[in-house]
Amino acid sequence: MRHTDERWQRRSLVLLTLFALAVAALAVRAVQLHVLDGGFLTAQGDARHLRTVEVPAHRGMILDRHGESLAASTPVDSFWANPSELLAGERIAALADALEIDRTRLDALLRERGDRTFIWLRRHMSPDEAERVTQLDVPGVHRVREYRRYYPAGEVASHLLGFTNIDDAGQEGIELAFDEWLRGEPGRKQVLRDRLGRTVADVQGIRQPRPGRDLTLSIDRRVQYLAYRELKAAVTEHGARGGSIVVLDSRTGEVLAMANQPAFNPNNRQGLVAERYRNRAATDVLEPGSSFKPFVIAAALQSGRFDTRSRIDTSPGLLQVRGGTIRDVRDNGVIDIATLLTRSSNVGASRIALDLDPEQVWTMLQAFGFGQPTASGFPGEQAGLLNHFVQWREIGLATLSYGYGISVTPLQLAQAYAVIAADGVRHPVTLIRSDEPLAAGERVLSTTVARDMRRLLEVSLGPDSTATGARVRGYRVAGKTGTARKSTAGGYALDRHTAAFAGMAPASNPRLVTVVVIDEPSRGAYYGGQVAAPVFGRVMSGALRLLDIPPDELPTVPASVIAAGPQR
Amino acid sequence: MIEFADRNPRFRDGEGSTGMLGRLLRALHVDGVLLAALVLVAGVGLVALYSASGENMAMVLRQATRLAIAFGALLVVAQIPPRVLYRAAPWLFWLGILLLGAVLAAGDVGKGAQRWLDLGIIRFQPSEIMKLAMPMMVAWLAFSRPLPVDLGRVAICGALIALTAVLIAAQPDLGTALLVAAAGFFALFLAGLRWRIMIGLAVLGTALTPVLWHFMHGYQRQRVLMFLNPEQDPLGAGYHIIQSKIAIGSGGLFGKGWLNGTQSQLEFLPERSTDFIFAVFAEEFGLLGLLALLATYLFIIGRGLWIAANAQDTFGRLLGGSLALTFFVYVFVNAGMVSGLLPVVGVPLPLFSYGGTAMVTLLAGFGILMSIHTHRKLISY
Repeated sequence: MRHTDERWQRRSLVLLTLFALAVAALAVRAVQLHVLDGGFLTAQGDARHLRTVEVPAHRGMILDRHGESLAASTPVDSFWANPSELLAGERIAALADALEIDRTRLDALLRERGDRTFIWLRRHMSPDEAERVTQLDVPGVHRVREYRRYYPAGEVASHLLGFTNIDDAGQEGIELAFDEWLRGEPGRKQVLRDRLGRTVADVQGIRQPRPGRDLTLSIDRRVQYLAYRELKAAVTEHGARGGSIVVLDSRTGEVLAMANQPAFNPNNRQGLVAERYRNRAATDVLEPGSSFKPFVIAAALQSGRFDTRSRIDTSPGLLQVRGGTIRDVRDNGVIDIATLLTRSSNVGASRIALDLDPEQVWTMLQAFGFGQPTASGFPGEQAGLLNHFVQWREIGLATLSYGYGISVTPLQLAQAYAVIAADGVRHPVTLIRSDEPLAAGERVLSTTVARDMRRLLEVSLGPDSTATGARVRGYRVAGKTGTARKSTAGGYALDRHTAAFAGMAPASNPRLVTVVVIDEPSRGAYYGGQVAAPVFGRVMSGALRLLDIPPDELPTVPASVIAAGPQR
Repeated sequence: MIEFADRNPRFRDGEGSTGMLGRLLRALHVDGVLLAALVLVAGVGLVALYSASGENMAMVLRQATRLAIAFGALLVVAQIPPRVLYRAAPWLFWLGILLLGAVLAAGDVGKGAQRWLDLGIIRFQPSEIMKLAMPMMVAWLAFSRPLPVDLGRVAICGALIALTAVLIAAQPDLGTALLVAAAGFFALFLAGLRWRIMIGLAVLGTALTPVLWHFMHGYQRQRVLMFLNPEQDPLGAGYHIIQSKIAIGSGGLFGKGWLNGTQSQLEFLPERSTDFIFAVFAEEFGLLGLLALLATYLFIIGRGLWIAANAQDTFGRLLGGSLALTFFVYVFVNAGMVSGLLPVVGVPLPLFSYGGTAMVTLLAGFGILMSIHTHRKLISY
């Protein structure tokens, strides 16, 4: 027995040693995992179940100058799925019904993208509809809150406002230009996700979403409606390819209305071609034709070499210059500047221009804002083309005087007319209403020259004018027509025109400047006076009254009645 | 002549207490200290299971029922005197071999392996019987003649161990085969197996490793490879070990708190209520909880070895020691597997992991230990 006991004791010792070693190994391992690798393994664990997700921020509203909504975001719900979690079967059918999508389409979608971990099932459902999907509680189907943009004004302000994509990011127009302002900052929160990617619980909000800021435009929704309606009517009436209209507040440079044809419905853009998205008033250039004459004449007056009584010999209705011949429709003889504008004499304008210092003309046209984008900040705005004066030859300066060989946007044209309206001061064009006091602006013309120009433009719309449609009852109007042949690859087209009218009212103390451009009218009439001037007249007539601008021409009402004040 | 003297308080070391509890425990042939430790671990196990099952009370209740049955088995087995076990040993062993053969011939398939035998009324795994029958058989063989064991008996024991292991491994159930073989080996070792033979076996085993590799199933080979380099396939075969290590390591010193383990609650950890429940516990209760649990297990094993050391005959000594050591292997293999020290073999954590049959066998084994401790023969010199 003794022998056995000794053996037993030795064996026990060996056993206990092995035992202790094994236990020590476990303990060391535990300490290693917990303490030494703890940080690494904790991070690994967090990486598996902690997810930072975005909380969408509410996009700011776009308002007109009176606080009327032009674009607003409403909450909608979208559904996505991880196909690997979505098991086929009757649940799919029920799911498709609740999502209001075709069952076979959903089946196909899940089959094709079965290897993905994320597919959108349906986006932008109303919260009521979404609730029905949520109540099905199909595993693997996830709901996220998003915002969808609505544009109450529809196509009326479509080009101006632009639109957002399905992810609520600005794509065009104001939505794009001021995306950062409107967008806000999505918040972030940490959530717990289980192995299947389901959000189990919110751990903590890292950052609250900062809602986007509202943006108040300079646009007056009423004027915008009016301008759009009249433009659309004219484009339809004359079978035109397109058209643009810009209404500016000449005292501030604020854009009150900006509309184009053709337009689109920003609330439902399916099947639309991108061509319709262009805000032609800012992104398309035209050769302004005769509507450009006032600027060369303004330069002439400003130079001191001409005044309102200057007379110009335009006979015999054509003018030979180096590089070509300038023609009038007829021989106008010796005319004053007002008549030159009324009859739109190219020879007269050329004679004046050729008498001026090209550098001076060029500097003035630059000061009017030609050849550079306006301050509107509109995406894709064109600068237009104003060649440097050293490139002008005689023919170049001559044609420039009646608006060829230069390209401008309707917005630039409106800005330049606003200089004449604002007693010679150029205010930067803006789409945003600002309540801060107006910046001084940049003087382009002397007050006298500006007033003289207004007078000339008013007189030119007298009884002889082709643009009688531009007149507004009760208000004095100053303006100029423009009819330009469109340039094509091989020169100027004979049968394709741009009809324009640009002007201001009330002429005694201008408040509004309006530019109307009709592109390729095709039903016979194509003169600016026939096609564009009536649009100008109707829009001005409505806008002046909408804005409560006092009439400055009341020939039928005795002065005593006006003095008695409004008693009607 | 051997006489067994039951219920003689004089021979109960350190348990001379005469209180109500002491009398009751003696009457039930139960070692109070060991039972208390087992109940403690089982209770903590239920708490951990509630969390690991995703707060599934039904699972916890089912497990509690199984525990009750298993503790019942412990009490029943504790009443059987060691001499009866001694006599029953060969019968039980050969019955087990027979049943293992039957399983291979006509067993039910569960989880890809043929382990279950359906007897109409109950379904059970005959390999579980062998966990007890194997050490009993070896102890019986060793005890039949004076010790140390001679080479002939070593050869017989080795053959029996190999036969059993092969039968179980063929199911295939490598984990249980190794455990059963270990139980037999422990008994043989305690019986005085010569070092020379053991070294020879070790050399032979090493030499046979390629052969064993050849006979291994694909998934078994993969487990070994994954053990060597789990990061090689983190989404596939290495997934278990990586997720488990993350669970343990991210628990820190004090753990994430009950029901707050992210790896387990968010279902990243596989098999979290069965084989990997240790990781759940470690994640939620931290290093301190883990060490406390290990300490309790060590106490149970220590108590078992102490009982074996104080057994009055060699049969009890060999059997008890083998059972205690097998229990240790259970704990060590599971903890080692979960913490990445050992390859993934399907060994549950005793008294913790969700599951029935193994627990009944385990506590029946502790019943044997208690029987050895409480049935004392009179000294007959």
